[in-house]
Amino acid sequence: MDQINSKIPKGPLAEKWKSYKDHQKLVNPANKRRLDIIVIGTGLAGASAAASLAEMGFNVLNFCIQDSPRRAHSIAAQGGINAAKNYPNDGDSVYRLFYDTIKGGDYRAREANVYRLAEVSNSIIDQCVAQGVPFAREYGGWLDNRSFGGAQVSRTFYARGQTGQQLLLGAYSALSRQIGSGKVKMYTRHEMLDVVLVDGRARGIITRNLITGEVERYAAHAVVIATGGYANTFFLSTNAMASNGSAAWQCYRKGAYFANPCMAQIHPTCIPVHGEFQSKLTLMSESLRNDGRIWVPKKLEDAKALREGKLKPTQIKEEDRDYYLERRYPAFGNLVPRDVASRAAKERCDAGFGVNNTGLAVYLDFADAIDRLGKEVVAEKYGNLFQMYEKIVDDNPYETPMMIFPALHYTMGGIWVDYELMTSIPGLFAIGEANFSDHGANRLGASALMQGLADGYFVLPYTIQNYLADQIQVPRFSTDLPEFEEAENHIRKRVARLMEVKGKRSVDSIHKELGHIMWNHVGMARDKDGLIEAIKMLKDLKKEFWSNVRIPGKADDLNVELEKALRLADFIEIGELMARDSLDREESCGGHFRVEHQTPEGEALRDDEHFAYVSCWKYQGEDQDPELLKEPLDYEFVVRQQRNYKN
Amino acid sequence: MDKNIDITLKVWRQKGPKEKGFFETYQLKGISQGSSFLEMLDVLNEQLINEGKDPVVFDHDCREGICGMCSLYINGHPHGPDTEITTCQLHMRKFNDGDTITIEPWRSAGFPVIRDLMVDRYAFDKIIQSGGFVSVNTGGTLPDANAIPIPKHNAEMAMDAAACIGCGACVAACKNGSAMLFVSAKVSQLALLPQGRVEATKRAKAMVAKMDELGFGNCTNTRACEMECPKGISVSNIARLNREFIGAKLKD
Amino acid sequence: MWLLNSSIGRKLIMSISGVFLLLFLIFHLCMNVTAVFSEEAYNMICTLLGVNWYAVAATVVLAAIIAIHFIYATLLTLQNRKARGNDRYDVNVRPKGVSWASQNMFVLGVIIIGFMLLHFSQFWYKMMFAELLGNHEVELGGTLVSPQNGAAFIRYYFSHLWVVIAYLIWYVALWFHLTHGIWSALQTVGWNNTLWYNRWKTIGNIVATLIFLGFAFVTIVFYLKSLCGGAC
Repeated sequence: MDQINSKIPKGPLAEKWKSYKDHQKLVNPANKRRLDIIVIGTGLAGASAAASLAEMGFNVLNFCIQDSPRRAHSIAAQGGINAAKNYPNDGDSVYRLFYDTIKGGDYRAREANVYRLAEVSNSIIDQCVAQGVPFAREYGGWLDNRSFGGAQVSRTFYARGQTGQQLLLGAYSALSRQIGSGKVKMYTRHEMLDVVLVDGRARGIITRNLITGEVERYAAHAVVIATGGYANTFFLSTNAMASNGSAAWQCYRKGAYFANPCMAQIHPTCIPVHGEFQSKLTLMSESLRNDGRIWVPKKLEDAKALREGKLKPTQIKEEDRDYYLERRYPAFGNLVPRDVASRAAKERCDAGFGVNNTGLAVYLDFADAIDRLGKEVVAEKYGNLFQMYEKIVDDNPYETPMMIFPALHYTMGGIWVDYELMTSIPGLFAIGEANFSDHGANRLGASALMQGLADGYFVLPYTIQNYLADQIQVPRFSTDLPEFEEAENHIRKRVARLMEVKGKRSVDSIHKELGHIMWNHVGMARDKDGLIEAIKMLKDLKKEFWSNVRIPGKADDLNVELEKALRLADFIEIGELMARDSLDREESCGGHFRVEHQTPEGEALRDDEHFAYVSCWKYQGEDQDPELLKEPLDYEFVVRQQRNYKN
Repeated sequence: MDKNIDITLKVWRQKGPKEKGFFETYQLKGISQGSSFLEMLDVLNEQLINEGKDPVVFDHDCREGICGMCSLYINGHPHGPDTEITTCQLHMRKFNDGDTITIEPWRSAGFPVIRDLMVDRYAFDKIIQSGGFVSVNTGGTLPDANAIPIPKHNAEMAMDAAACIGCGACVAACKNGSAMLFVSAKVSQLALLPQGRVEATKRAKAMVAKMDELGFGNCTNTRACEMECPKGISVSNIARLNREFIGAKLKD
Repeated sequence: MWLLNSSIGRKLIMSISGVFLLLFLIFHLCMNVTAVFSEEAYNMICTLLGVNWYAVAATVVLAAIIAIHFIYATLLTLQNRKARGNDRYDVNVRPKGVSWASQNMFVLGVIIIGFMLLHFSQFWYKMMFAELLGNHEVELGGTLVSPQNGAAFIRYYFSHLWVVIAYLIWYVALWFHLTHGIWSALQTVGWNNTLWYNRWKTIGNIVATLIFLGFAFVTIVFYLKSLCGGAC
């Protein structure tokens, strides 16, 4: 059995990263020029990594599937980015950010990684300010902070409701500077379809040019995957339409471990589903829970009348409202972590108190905040979110409460990486949401931006040198090597096979079916029988896909349906691995909730004795069951406790 | 209340940048007014695929109005008839039963059509690459984020300008195909902040030179860009760009 | 040279030449209004602006500015048409908040220049130009008058209804052109922001309207005078 070596440096928690950096190998400037690095993706992690590596002197080839690197889905993050600056003087520290993140992740993340994340968080803010990111400020001109779920301090920096956009544009501007100076070669509208290994090391990729349909080869000394998560397995999610898990999945198929695939985050505040044509879900920032109060009616008959449109929410009297988060979790109230808030909403809706015509929604009410702060202050804080809501739902949230419902948002699981962010394939790195490392079983709000930028600006540029220092003697590769030839042929065959199916069903119709299976069986509440059934259904769906999908057009041409089909083929397999991992993890933790494992009050019941490990799945071949390896999570510094947001 | 409507679509179809385009007409029945415009196009494409025809190609991604990818010119307006939204945020309740909706791509020499409604906007990236950044390296030791206080008013104005999503509606709306609103938003954002002020004049000159080189038109202050901008970017940014640029040139 | 080869430079030329033309218009208007109150005073100014080196020099400069304004407008319009691309929109809607004038400045400019040629043929050609040729008398409606007797020209031409209507159309075109041109010129040199936009726009509209009313006033007054045969 393979040994999992996470390469965590020895020493006290607070010294690990410093001591790593002090002792790691470096590459001198003359040698950097001779080394090429491929970076896939231009989100916060990808763009910041590509820019940083180029600044250091490496030659970078950067790929993205959109028409511009600025469009990566990091741009849609609304609320903010955490850092332990303690500007408001409310008792924050690196340790406290580390602790909150570990606890928020339900003790399923690596201590050393999370501590490093908290440690560099402050530098991220310095970096972004220096780049011209217009963070919100107070009248004195100093940076403003707000609170987010799972924390009792205000440590979230923000730029209105567009923090992700502003941070991404900061990274994009750094990247653009390097593209302009010729250190980064940018390939837009290129999708990575395979990673090429030469002598067991990642040495290149195969891409498809989305405009011409051409299959192309690129070689480099190292490959960095920064392609985000796989939440779109569920079809309806808050991810962008083109967000996909295919790059990560190809790495898995080439031998990289896939870690904790079942750890998916369901975000509590999304705009509810409106109908069968729905193509995606829109998130309403968690920051809204700072001032909004979540409730459902106390009486079943009120809920029924609301669903039928006979009553308006404003007609429900204060004493007839159930502010269930405040009731159940007095200490954190509406600011409990996302997994807790989502499950609580589901619990109320399952019990028949849900609103909206579907019964699948709860209220997020700003009436109190407007009374307390005035409409103007509320508008200044959340104006663009309110406008977004009104455009979609055609309802004015200043007057009637918003309706929200949980939706798939983020995947904590991803490609397994060690402390250096290298996967189990030498020379293949994974950063940002694409890896699994820092959020354990549940990610706290405003931590995704932090992790993406930490990986890209402050971690990978160091750790990758430790690998590349041995590679300076390796000359540039030719893409004529048989390994490239073979990889390209494999892709061509796969594409040809898809085009030949000529079945009856559109890609989206099969994707929707996948989404239903996932949401119903691998969603917010999972149980053994459901998961076993899901695996069976997914196997059938895979057959259906490969025998009945219909892709119009040609392979060697711009072909959007083919792009979607290639991604869907992988999503179906990812879905199966998610179900398999959920089945294995006989406990409830964070975003993974097994109904068999809950406290009498309905809270998640963790099993540290048997499941304090990272599940690392190893590919065994087409239609073979993967092998499960376990990386034990030995906590040296933190004592695991039952997560408590009640008092 | 949202109901189901029947509509007629006139959609621009074009094989490639050099080929001649034409309008094709499609009928769609029973579209829910609660669905978004792009969901309506999804339905159209599903219908076309089932009929064995080529689906309509259009750019879109986040579908929540922030990535700037969607780019349709609907009934004479970039991003359609609603205000301060992108195409993906446009909902069918803006249309009535029996309406004919004309969908065209952005039309500008700077944005050649790739296929159907998809255009190439890489010119915008080239403009940013020419100077739309602060020249600061990453990863090193930088001054504390709170080392320089920035007046809230300036930070807010910078944020107003920074809200640009680079969708290109300004160019599409401008009868001159001018990219001034886009360029001025970036120049303004960085000129208003002390970190970007240092290079402000150099940046203005470089970005304007690149914009001109790429074949965008001259601004004649019609304000169509501002009116159609999904993020409400103000033409006062263009005034600031003019000021920066003219000032820089006079000093040379 | 950045004034010639950058888009903002070319626009700056439009802006500054436009401002000069506006100043000239205001001066011309003051002159005209004088004629309503005292034809002698008006003629005195005409004499002053006859064949003197400074008047001729100013005329040459003025002509040059008009030429520059027009040539650059043409140049910019051609470039802008090219930048728009080959395929035109099938549906065109003027967005709310976009003035009609702003989208038709070139057309308005051409109209203005067209009427200006008429105006030159009626006044300048027979006044300053005649003097330059050394003529001390020119023929006007069958009688001979001194080229310096500007009031006579006004009286004569504005007694014809078609001339009055033509001039009024001209002023309307000018009004439209100025309602956009004034604030636009200030925007181009960079003297604008969100606060000042409304102020400049209002000031621009007031100035344009005053210029329109002023010229129209003189024209109509002389036409009415002609109707009552000088009896009023």
